[in-house]
Amino acid sequence: MSAKTYSDSYNIGDPANRVDGHLKVQGKARYAGENLFDAPTLVGWILGAKVASGTLTQIDTSKAQAQEGVQAVITYQNSPDQTPFGQPEDMGRFGQSRAMLNDTRIRYAGFPIALVVADTLEQARYAARLIDYTIEPGPISLLRAPEEADVVPEDIDGGYEADAGTGDIDSALANGTRLDVHYTTPNQVSAAMEPHTSIAYYDGDTLTVHSSVQVLASAVDCLSSTFNLPAEKIRVKSPYVGGGFGSKLGLHNDAILACIGSLLLQRPVKVAMSRRQVFHNAPHRGMSHQQMALSASDDGAIHGVQHHSSMPMAKDYAFAEGTGVAARINYKANAIDSQHRVKVVDSPMIDSVRAPGDAIGSLAFESAVDELCRAINMDPVTFRRNNIAPVHPLTGADFSTNNLDRCLDEGAKAFGWEDRQYRQSGTKKNGFGVSVGMRMNIIVPSQAKITVDSKGQFTVHTDMTDIGTGTYTILTQIVAQHFGVPAHCITIDLGDSDSPASSGSGGSFGASSSGTAVLNACEALAARLSELAGLAQGNELVQFDGEQVRFGEGDTQQTHNLSELLRNAGEPAQDSLSAQGEVKPDEDHDKYAQYSCAAHFAEVSVDTVTGEVRVIRQHGAFSAGRILNHKTAGSQLKGGMVWGTSYALFEDLQQDPRDGSFVNCDFAEYHFAVNRDIGELSLDIIEEPDYKACKLGSKGIGELGITGSGAAIANAVFDATGVRVRDFPITPDKVMAGL
Amino acid sequence: MSSITINGQTHGLPQDPRTTLLDFMHQHLQLFGAKKGCDHGQCGACTVLVDGERMNACLLLTFQLAGKSIVTIEGLASDDELHPLQQAFIDNDAFQCGFCTSGQICSGVALKSELEKNRPSTLWFDPDYTKTEDVKERLSGNLCRCGAYPHIIDAVSICTDEQEA
Repeated sequence: MSAKTYSDSYNIGDPANRVDGHLKVQGKARYAGENLFDAPTLVGWILGAKVASGTLTQIDTSKAQAQEGVQAVITYQNSPDQTPFGQPEDMGRFGQSRAMLNDTRIRYAGFPIALVVADTLEQARYAARLIDYTIEPGPISLLRAPEEADVVPEDIDGGYEADAGTGDIDSALANGTRLDVHYTTPNQVSAAMEPHTSIAYYDGDTLTVHSSVQVLASAVDCLSSTFNLPAEKIRVKSPYVGGGFGSKLGLHNDAILACIGSLLLQRPVKVAMSRRQVFHNAPHRGMSHQQMALSASDDGAIHGVQHHSSMPMAKDYAFAEGTGVAARINYKANAIDSQHRVKVVDSPMIDSVRAPGDAIGSLAFESAVDELCRAINMDPVTFRRNNIAPVHPLTGADFSTNNLDRCLDEGAKAFGWEDRQYRQSGTKKNGFGVSVGMRMNIIVPSQAKITVDSKGQFTVHTDMTDIGTGTYTILTQIVAQHFGVPAHCITIDLGDSDSPASSGSGGSFGASSSGTAVLNACEALAARLSELAGLAQGNELVQFDGEQVRFGEGDTQQTHNLSELLRNAGEPAQDSLSAQGEVKPDEDHDKYAQYSCAAHFAEVSVDTVTGEVRVIRQHGAFSAGRILNHKTAGSQLKGGMVWGTSYALFEDLQQDPRDGSFVNCDFAEYHFAVNRDIGELSLDIIEEPDYKACKLGSKGIGELGITGSGAAIANAVFDATGVRVRDFPITPDKVMAGL
Repeated sequence: MSSITINGQTHGLPQDPRTTLLDFMHQHLQLFGAKKGCDHGQCGACTVLVDGERMNACLLLTFQLAGKSIVTIEGLASDDELHPLQQAFIDNDAFQCGFCTSGQICSGVALKSELEKNRPSTLWFDPDYTKTEDVKERLSGNLCRCGAYPHIIDAVSICTDEQEA
């Protein structure tokens, strides 16, 4: 890292610049595919099946094998021994075998059937085209209608029951104004800017893998399961991740194939998915059917909420998205009935995409709620305000904190909801929308180690990742504040599986989990230093000033030289001192309903001739406990709001019903929001530390921004035009059809 | 002429005519600043300056660039100092994961000279044309999945505002 000095304050909460910013703006942060070993790196290219189901009956690699530079063509016939995909069952889905090239069965369209390894990318890519193969196609199972989904999943993501409810739904729905609507949401890909990439090197003893992955400990488990190697002989590194959004929670085909290549050749092998390959070789969010019945009294009290979800579930991979979670938590009601059904299909992996459950559910559910407001002719902000749940609607548990009311009030005020002005300019009409979001908060077990050397330089080791969330920066702030040291005295070492295991990044649990582990490590180090200074181990404030350490405050303050303290630490004399910290979920996570919350407001302009929707502005009011860094937190929340717009208006991964493949596998055909698609973005943060969530008082924000933001856009489109599109995304053709 | 200049250094052209500028930099020079986000010219993560013009390095075959001078993100400033736009990206938190950032910054640098030369954008023919929309349009070839767009516009305004003044 080049010389770095930070003039800003790096206390917790400060809107401090990212500490990894200098590297990233210079193109010097090394992402997975940019690492080098002493030996030259070979390049692998994936050959994928063109159909979604079947058996590979013949494969001839001889022509490919004969090409210049080709080192190996690997198929099921010559790949190393692997544990069958999905075994062992008790390892959890990210720790199980993700075997590749292990048999002749085709599991989904794009499924790798060969890996060509060559000296250069150009050679490997060309040779792959010369492989001759035959697939005997099998019947293809796809979800073609909601009623085909009749399997009750064992549980849904987040550990919830597939079916849950309270009260007598039939009588609740019979009461008041009733709305029955059916919504569909599209297949969506995370489309992180960095395609999944890995470089593996097996030197005959240890397997080292540079990969782009959000959680390292389970990545090691996965490789251990897949290749039957002891975990201590595997090292995974991922210090910089070019976006994840759930698609890199686990290792994917690139990592397994790179390992296969390296295990066979004992040379470094790199496999980078091409952008087109990402669509099939990495996970996506499944499409959904959401059938809803809602009822409310004329004075705006919700009586009944019924939400039935039908979704595809990928064969061999038991992930069911919690589409109904928004319906279960957003509002109080006399009765709630939430149901999830799936159909097992021949599909590429279906798994988490940013805010699983919440993003998909809030998009449809908060649109339906808007329809209900219209049906009883009530202001949608007032309606939501009146129906906020005082306790968890299903469990009756108290919220640890819940500021949804303030989010709505202060958001509406900042947005100017009461004074909104309707305009028509030529063929364009504007409209306004609102929605809310509740996003569950969790802590995942996490560990960290902190070391201080005799010069007062701190280093934190944890296998945590920074996927753009700002982990390097907030962990720096936690240490900086605890010991009163400037940021340039702190090094945060992330993304190395040799370091203590952390939560990793995902589920909005990363900052609170890894941050609390680091805070606990700081406290342990402070206690140890107090002990070495001969002070009672306990609540001493320990502050550093270069190589001097100050203990306590006021009259009883003492100053010690750091080197002398370290000398006391042991024989022989030590030149550094370390301490560990960890965190686990505690009883407050069982006892209280823990959620962060959001109110979203949007103004759009719709061309009533072309049906084109343009976003004028979005405003979000968020409450997520204590904010660790107002700059990076704001960026994440705004990024989530952009996702909401993109999901509501553009994104649609389309499947060919004939062969189950995706047809729009590039960024021209799979459109997500570009710069000009986004209007003004603003936000308010209603900050109230939640110490039941964690010692830092913070709650998750990474998925809060998207939870509800798409529905505010959809509701604004209706407000502008009177057109309710229930089949997302809201593309111009669908708006036109309703005009 | 059978060489190209990248960030002031002269390099011989690769043997393999299929090698794109992006793959040449990655495979032969270990110069990883320009990123491969799509390899189709659709994401802009590989944006570099070719004789001062912004181009997608994934769409250029290296052998076509004989005699050209390329500047990548690594060549915008010296090691110890940052280009003002690089600093503006840090100050405005105009990135999260950082993977599109090299391309965004190279695009922003080129944008400044395009505005100075009064190059039209497609938007100039739109009756609702505004300068902000125009800048957004010009930067829409650089995708950012983290959604840092508003902050990117804030950062790039140091280029566009100067131009106005």
